[in-house]
Amino acid sequence: MKKLLAALAAATMLALTSGAQAQTYPDRTITMVVPFSAGGPTDTVTRLVAEAMSRDLGQQIVVENVGGAGGTLGAARVAKADPDGYTLLLYHIGMATSATLYRKLPYNTLEAFDYVGLVTDVPMTIVARKDFEPGDLQSLLDYVKANKDKVTLANAGIGAASHLCGMMFMSAIQTPLVTVPYKGTGPAMTDLLGGQVDIMCDQTTNTTKQIKAGTIKAYAVTSAKRLDVLSDLPTAEEAGIAGFQVGIWHGVYAPKGTPTEITERLSKSLQLALKDPNVVARFAELGTAPATEAEATPAALKAKLESEIARWKPVIDAAGQYAD
Amino acid sequence: MDLIDNLILGFSTASTLWNLFFCLIGVLLGTLIGVLPGIGATATIAMLLPITFQIGDPVAALIMLAGVYYGAQYGGSTTAILINMPGESSSAVTAVDGYQMARKGRAGAALATAAIGSFFAGTVATFLIALFAPPLTAIALKFGAAEYVSLMIVGLVSAVVLAHGSVIKALGMVVLGLLLGLVGTDVISGAPRFILGIREYADGLNFVAVAVGVFGIAEILRNLENEHERSVLIRNVQGLMPTREDFRRMTAPILRGTVLGSVLGILPGAGAILAAFASYTVEKRVSRHPEEFGKGALEGVAGPESANNAGAQTSFIPMLTLGLPTNPVMALMSGAMIIQGIVPGPNVASEQPALFWGIIASMWIGNLLLIVLNLPLIGLWVKLLTVPYYILFPIIMAFCSIGIYSVNSNVYDLYLVAFFGILGYALMKLRCEPAPLLLGFVLGPLLEENLRRAMILSKGDPTTFVTRPISAGLLALAAAVLVIVFLPAIGKKRAEVFVEEGA
Repeated sequence: MKKLLAALAAATMLALTSGAQAQTYPDRTITMVVPFSAGGPTDTVTRLVAEAMSRDLGQQIVVENVGGAGGTLGAARVAKADPDGYTLLLYHIGMATSATLYRKLPYNTLEAFDYVGLVTDVPMTIVARKDFEPGDLQSLLDYVKANKDKVTLANAGIGAASHLCGMMFMSAIQTPLVTVPYKGTGPAMTDLLGGQVDIMCDQTTNTTKQIKAGTIKAYAVTSAKRLDVLSDLPTAEEAGIAGFQVGIWHGVYAPKGTPTEITERLSKSLQLALKDPNVVARFAELGTAPATEAEATPAALKAKLESEIARWKPVIDAAGQYAD
Repeated sequence: MDLIDNLILGFSTASTLWNLFFCLIGVLLGTLIGVLPGIGATATIAMLLPITFQIGDPVAALIMLAGVYYGAQYGGSTTAILINMPGESSSAVTAVDGYQMARKGRAGAALATAAIGSFFAGTVATFLIALFAPPLTAIALKFGAAEYVSLMIVGLVSAVVLAHGSVIKALGMVVLGLLLGLVGTDVISGAPRFILGIREYADGLNFVAVAVGVFGIAEILRNLENEHERSVLIRNVQGLMPTREDFRRMTAPILRGTVLGSVLGILPGAGAILAAFASYTVEKRVSRHPEEFGKGALEGVAGPESANNAGAQTSFIPMLTLGLPTNPVMALMSGAMIIQGIVPGPNVASEQPALFWGIIASMWIGNLLLIVLNLPLIGLWVKLLTVPYYILFPIIMAFCSIGIYSVNSNVYDLYLVAFFGILGYALMKLRCEPAPLLLGFVLGPLLEENLRRAMILSKGDPTTFVTRPISAGLLALAAAVLVIVFLPAIGKKRAEVFVEEGA
């Protein structure tokens, strides 16, 4: 009873104050939670976007790293936060995949958040150690199918981008490979550079520099179009795996119940930030592009999350490996 | 002559007034924050990342962050020595003998030894980076899972020598550490283990929280036991500077520590801390006074301190030459580079020579600034010990808590500190050493992960450990260490090593 009363009181307060709040928003520092440790690719994306957004909003956005459990600890923190627009979450594709990878999440992925907009969709690249035999994607596929007990596929741990892409790859070519998990992208890339493992599928943020330096071999990019930074690299689609598209998309979320005026305001600010020359330039160097104005909206993010949960669920269930 | 040209470019970049200023700010902040127990370089650099936006100049920003890193490394040893509170994981080893020296009133000498050792190691490591960065990276890449397993075995075998009490108790502590290291997500299957349903522990127990608990909090509890013992610490502070005899004793350990640290620092993972542990083991083996270890041996400070500083420095090599972060701090540094528009990778040295060599040169300048800053400060730090304990310990506890909380904003890390503080106190009462526990805790997860990975890569063939040459060599080394420890033929040495057993 007490709980119910408290909830009612809170709801009334919210209804009474949200209008007034929205008009003066933001009048204090905003916290943007990154559910990963500082220094990683998602952290970098967040800091770039947060800095540009804070210039538009006229209030500082503090980036807080709440890492752990594949990003779900940070998401849980934001799910429980006050829905006043002062606590936001920037989370990548893990928001969708953790809904299946974790069978006991402390929040309901589709119910616990309001949406601000998509930020970027980082393409993945299928890469191999530099002396790996096959010369192009088609011969890679033939080789992999002929040697499926020998070829080793690295990933950066359960739920990591490389793990997801690897699962999608094996599912697309209908061939299970020997998977070698690492704790993070760094050690996985080290072993790829050192020739200890054969192939990996990882974000351009991690692979572009290595590909350009010729320290690893690249077969394809998993985006719909070729990338400007790696224009020689064919897409997986054109090189022979039909329908193989994987992107590590990032979105900004707010706790459920955030006033629409506020999420709209944040979405406008996000759209502006994504046109900021500094953000565009840094994103390009990482091998990615900012989301378009139409994508950086609450509706687009909501649609993306729903479709991605549906798309990944069968792939993850088929692999049969869960994170809890 | 490329090298000289490069070094000239580096030094001229690093010694502009602007860059010197940021180097100074970096080492100053680093030292200050390193001195606060619990707050390590990782947290500090994470907090400073937003500021690098404002600096705008990538060279200055990175010089400052690098300064924070080795400054904190340095400051961490200060608290390890003065209050048994390792601010950085790698200074956990320094705490063992450094704190005992402080308790004997030789805090000044311990601090000075740490400073001198760090400076020497830093200088050598800087030149190593300049000379050999690319070939050293190639060696690091040869280290696959099998090699790591063998390296860990060397480490664990050495842990037995590390102990300065009963060997059985030391083994027990190593095993307890290994078991604690199992907490968290199983890397291969993704299943959470021993987390008691607490999702916050899904990534394992936080090392700094465990170290601060078993060393620092346990020590505070012990100090609070009786009024009399506490004042002992304060009264007899002897000369601040090392004596001529001290200098004679620290030279060889510093040299050996520097070599060990430089080599192990390049390896991804726990390079600096492994180096510190390894150096301690070596010093104890070769010392003519092994019985002093654990009771305030100068060599036990000089060796590990040099090793961890050299390791901290050479851990830049994989990051600068390959764009591979080998530890959380390097991950932050590469994040800072990306924010500044430089994507870390194999091309940084050729595309951004001023930045690459500027950072390297600034490391040496930063080390110089550190020693200039810190030698005069030793007196001040030692005075800190004369602050009444009832004022000092709540402050220490407060800073500890803030520092540990700030890393992941995770309150469960604070519960860990409390739990391990009590556990550490109990272990102290049982005369069990916390250092082997920490070593087991660090090595356990690495050993398991690499063992299983090596077996996956070899398709289940265990001979992979002896057919790969580096791995076989390391295993032979481990066997040799075992023989040395347990063969009675080397009787005299052994008797000295374990002389404390009966004591």
